[in-house]
Amino acid sequence: MEAAHSDVVIDVRGLNKHFGDNHAVRDLALTVRRGEIFGFLGPNGSGKTTSIRMLCGLLTPDSGEGTCLGYDILRETKEIKRHVGYMTQRFSFWEDLTLRENLNFIARMYGMTERRRHVDETLARLKLTERGNHLAGTLSGGWKQRLALAACLLHAPDLLLLDEPTAGVDPKARRDFWDELHALAAHGITVLVSTHYMDEAERCHKLGYILNGRLLAQGTASEVIASQALVTWAVEGEDLAALAATLRALPAVEQVASFGNVLHVTGPNRERLKAALAPMMDEPRRQWREVEPSLEDVFIHLMRDADLKEELTQ
Amino acid sequence: MSQWFSFSRWLGIVGKEFIQLKRDRLTFGMIVGIPVVQLILFGFAINSDPKHLPTAALIADRGEFSRSILAGLKNSSYFEYIGEAANEQESDRMLATGKAQFVVTIPADFSLRLVRGERPALLLEADATDPSATGNAIAAVNQLAQTVLAHDLTGPLAPLAGSAGAFEIRVHARYNPEAITQYNIVPGLMGVILTMTMVMMTGLAITRERERGTMENLLATPATVLEVMTGKIVPYVLIGLIQVTLVLTLARLLFGVPIHGSLTVLYLAVLVFIAANLTLGLTFSSLARNQLQAMQMTFFFFLPSMLLSGFMFPFRGMPNWAQDIGEALPLTHFLRVVRGVLLKGNGWPEVIPETWPIALFGLVVIAIGLRTFRSTLD
Ligand SMILES: Nc1ncnc2c1ncn2[C@@H]1O[C@H](COP(=O)(O)OP(=O)(O)O)[C@@H](O)[C@H]1O
Ligand SMILES: [Mg+2]
Repeated sequence: MEAAHSDVVIDVRGLNKHFGDNHAVRDLALTVRRGEIFGFLGPNGSGKTTSIRMLCGLLTPDSGEGTCLGYDILRETKEIKRHVGYMTQRFSFWEDLTLRENLNFIARMYGMTERRRHVDETLARLKLTERGNHLAGTLSGGWKQRLALAACLLHAPDLLLLDEPTAGVDPKARRDFWDELHALAAHGITVLVSTHYMDEAERCHKLGYILNGRLLAQGTASEVIASQALVTWAVEGEDLAALAATLRALPAVEQVASFGNVLHVTGPNRERLKAALAPMMDEPRRQWREVEPSLEDVFIHLMRDADLKEELTQ
Repeated sequence: MSQWFSFSRWLGIVGKEFIQLKRDRLTFGMIVGIPVVQLILFGFAINSDPKHLPTAALIADRGEFSRSILAGLKNSSYFEYIGEAANEQESDRMLATGKAQFVVTIPADFSLRLVRGERPALLLEADATDPSATGNAIAAVNQLAQTVLAHDLTGPLAPLAGSAGAFEIRVHARYNPEAITQYNIVPGLMGVILTMTMVMMTGLAITRERERGTMENLLATPATVLEVMTGKIVPYVLIGLIQVTLVLTLARLLFGVPIHGSLTVLYLAVLVFIAANLTLGLTFSSLARNQLQAMQMTFFFFLPSMLLSGFMFPFRGMPNWAQDIGEALPLTHFLRVVRGVLLKGNGWPEVIPETWPIALFGLVVIAIGLRTFRSTLD
């Protein structure tokens, strides 16, 4: 039991945060284990940044409790800051300082010794040695993100909190970034990363989907998919655009999404969906098969569900 | 390494601030530019030695002495004779409208009393709204009284010339009884410049970090609020001292302002004044959401400081309520310190009573500021 417990890096319950009337985070409960890459998903304004800031002591929760790296998130924020690497959503290094000066400054803030060696190593690892004396403001988006990651790794943190680190970064740089995250996780570093990208969600060990401040689903990708018990049919063939319009009108169909030449038709009820689709399945010019719903299907379902509930309560 | 304050971390913040300052051309320009521009504007534009001031006369005695006096006035480069006023109402109106800066009144029995050796008075009314404009002219007219009648007072009248002069000039400074000399403004500028740059620059330095999002990064590290705030203001203390030195040098070289008192006393008082202004800048920066607001707060404080401290207007000429507000402003006390030390040669006994209110102001502001300093982003 004790061993299992020490394996839990983030363990919080009942976290709430208000900004005036805006209830930005509601009863957040989160468990993340050592070496896990936990993906934090949700549309803009759903409370991802606010949650992350509460975890690293930048915002004080209105209520709730828990620990981060075994330190109390309300009382031991200093210790948490010492062992956490936080990458802000927006690039937040000093653009009027050079790369070297930025890294050196951060190293000082963490009270590191042998700063020069660490900074040199980091620059070399980023292949930025010859640009070390350039101002950070002159870097392009992908390099800024590399610098930000390097700066949060400088003090060898045990936990990385990354807030939309790959927004506006090209696909190749994104892939390299994720390879790096997996390498770090393999070394026992825990990563909590918020993102918008579905392909990134699929690269996480665990996921959490947050909407309007509520964490609606949590677990591995297949657990999250299974939890909503959706049924999805994929259809290929001719004239899919017209078919999509017909399908959207059916009450048993909740969503129709096209993925290139394939249409995903999703509904919450297996029997009703089957019955509704049956007449069209006989047409020979299209091929139908049941597939596992994708994460995107599930997230869109969660969003619709939340909208419906909102309408009902109003 | 203490929990709340790490000297090494603090040095890191100070160092970073210096590097950023070095690269910020605009701010750097302001540090030097503000004192130079203000000194030149206020020093030269306002304190230059105005000449050819429009002067009217109200003459009730048309003797030869009157003619000589008028001729003397016309010859002096300070006065530009614009004509005679018909009566007292007209001369009053000329002063009120600014048509005349001076009116010379020669009373009816002037010649008679002069010959009798009674040293009659000649009235010189001055529009002293802007006292620095009239000061030198008034000095010149006193000079005139000694010499203007030299040709007339010969023979039997010669003894009248005497050492004090045959007549007296009574100066009546209208509208503004307290004459501020040129020396008053230049030392005063030192306080004005410090108020403006110290409050504004610290206010901006910290809100800038918040606005650019770098404050979030800084607060996510173990750096404490105390380290961040104090570390960020240190360079500005140095800037303040540089500005004071610059103003003193220019005041001496350009305007010949005397330095009668001790520079040590002055610089120590300057440090207290800088500290008080920096605490205000810090507090503004923790209240302001962005740089614009910090700027607005600075001006909200700066304007009354300019107007009510005795810099713009003679302090004793202001109504009581304005004087009360003025007494609460650090600039008011600082002006008395600078002027006292430079012009009157004041030392600690005179300086301390004006320094503790500045320190008190700083303490009150810090007490308010400490409540608003945030170590989180809440
Ligand atoms: N500092 C703040 N002050 C006021 N409202 C805020 C602040 N930060 C976030 N919010 C609000 O809280 C909600 C959640 O925001 P955020 O956590 O940034 O969402 P996300 O990161 O998922 O886009 C939004 O409605 C946002 O407007
Ligand atoms: Mg966000």
